[in-house]
Amino acid sequence: MIFLQLFYTFLLIGACTFGGGYSMIALIQNEVVTHHGWMTATEFTDLLAVSQMTPGPVGINTATYAGYTAVVNTYGADHLFDFSLFTFHFSIPVQWAAVLGSFIASLAVIIIPVALVFLVGRWLLRHRDNPVVATVMRLLRLAVIGLIAAAALQLIPGLLTTTPTGNVSLFTFHFSLFNLLIFLAVLLLACRKKTSPILLIAASGLVGLIVYSI
Amino acid sequence: MVKYCDIFWSFFKVGTFTVGGGYAMLPLMQRELVDKHRWLTEEEFLDQVALSQALPGVFAVNMAALTGQRLRGAVGSAVAIVGNVLMPILFILLLAMFFRSFRDNVYVDRIFMGLRPAVVALVAAPVFTLFKNEKLKVKSETDSVSHFSLFISHFSLYFIPLLSALLIWLLGVSPILVVLAAALVGLIYGKIKN
Repeated sequence: MIFLQLFYTFLLIGACTFGGGYSMIALIQNEVVTHHGWMTATEFTDLLAVSQMTPGPVGINTATYAGYTAVVNTYGADHLFDFSLFTFHFSIPVQWAAVLGSFIASLAVIIIPVALVFLVGRWLLRHRDNPVVATVMRLLRLAVIGLIAAAALQLIPGLLTTTPTGNVSLFTFHFSLFNLLIFLAVLLLACRKKTSPILLIAASGLVGLIVYSI
Repeated sequence: MVKYCDIFWSFFKVGTFTVGGGYAMLPLMQRELVDKHRWLTEEEFLDQVALSQALPGVFAVNMAALTGQRLRGAVGSAVAIVGNVLMPILFILLLAMFFRSFRDNVYVDRIFMGLRPAVVALVAAPVFTLFKNEKLKVKSETDSVSHFSLFISHFSLYFIPLLSALLIWLLGVSPILVVLAAALVGLIYGKIKN
């Protein structure tokens, strides 16, 4: 059952996200794209763009979008979703089931963290300077750096090998080179100048629109 | 007694009017919670930020849960969380529903082809910024620690991110396992060291 799988998957993702939205993105990529195959790598990068450009926490946005897309991709957008409740059988459009999937994903992702806020919040606040707690936090932060690096490494090949779809008169080589150029420019600006992600995404979208329209 | 609707409205504004994730919400949160309503002192606010970062999960939701709990207990917490994520979820749902129908549009496709490398770069960027932070922290602990633990700090600074990236990237180990293993190793090493 897709809903149970979604719930369980996003429950784990929420519990294992340390150090902000990007570690959650790495976890979601691994679970949703690599492990379950609920969406393609291209859909995933689309999702990342959308979830960073719309208001709200990136983790919640990503979970909501992923939950929706997972259900639609599993059952097909033009099909009906059949389920039975007691002895009654229902057929609803897949999109309705997908809305439920998105609620389940974004609820599951916050359950364990919020439970921890209640259970250990006060304790952790008092023992912030405890050396054991500090060591655990440090190792988690270091592991998360590797986790995000792995996610980026898994996304980079897609930039260099996929040929553009649609009516584009560029050779694959130029396409790869152009991708690499935007990648490096954005990386540099984000690391060195701390330019806002929204601005960077909007600007490169505009560059894409212009370059591919020539 | 703080009213539920005040809590809801504050977090609703924070969730609805900030783009770019949890940390982008901090200035607005501070204005709402500390300056305007005076629900928290500056220091309490910073404590909550530190705690929200230390706990797993979505940063903004953790902040909402903590503040709501402090003001009105469990119900206050739920009210704050719902306020924070309501509009973002509805907005994303609308987009997800109609995205397919305009994703194939040639202009939309060109925009998304252009921004794809940017999105991947934005995923890669925290690797460098987070690493720099950790490096600074290791450097700052130079005095007052033994040579051995200093060596361990420097070694783990490079070794652990590298190991975790290679395990996930090349061997296909689940990141969930890597995170759990890191927590366990940290717990054991921390107990031994102290």
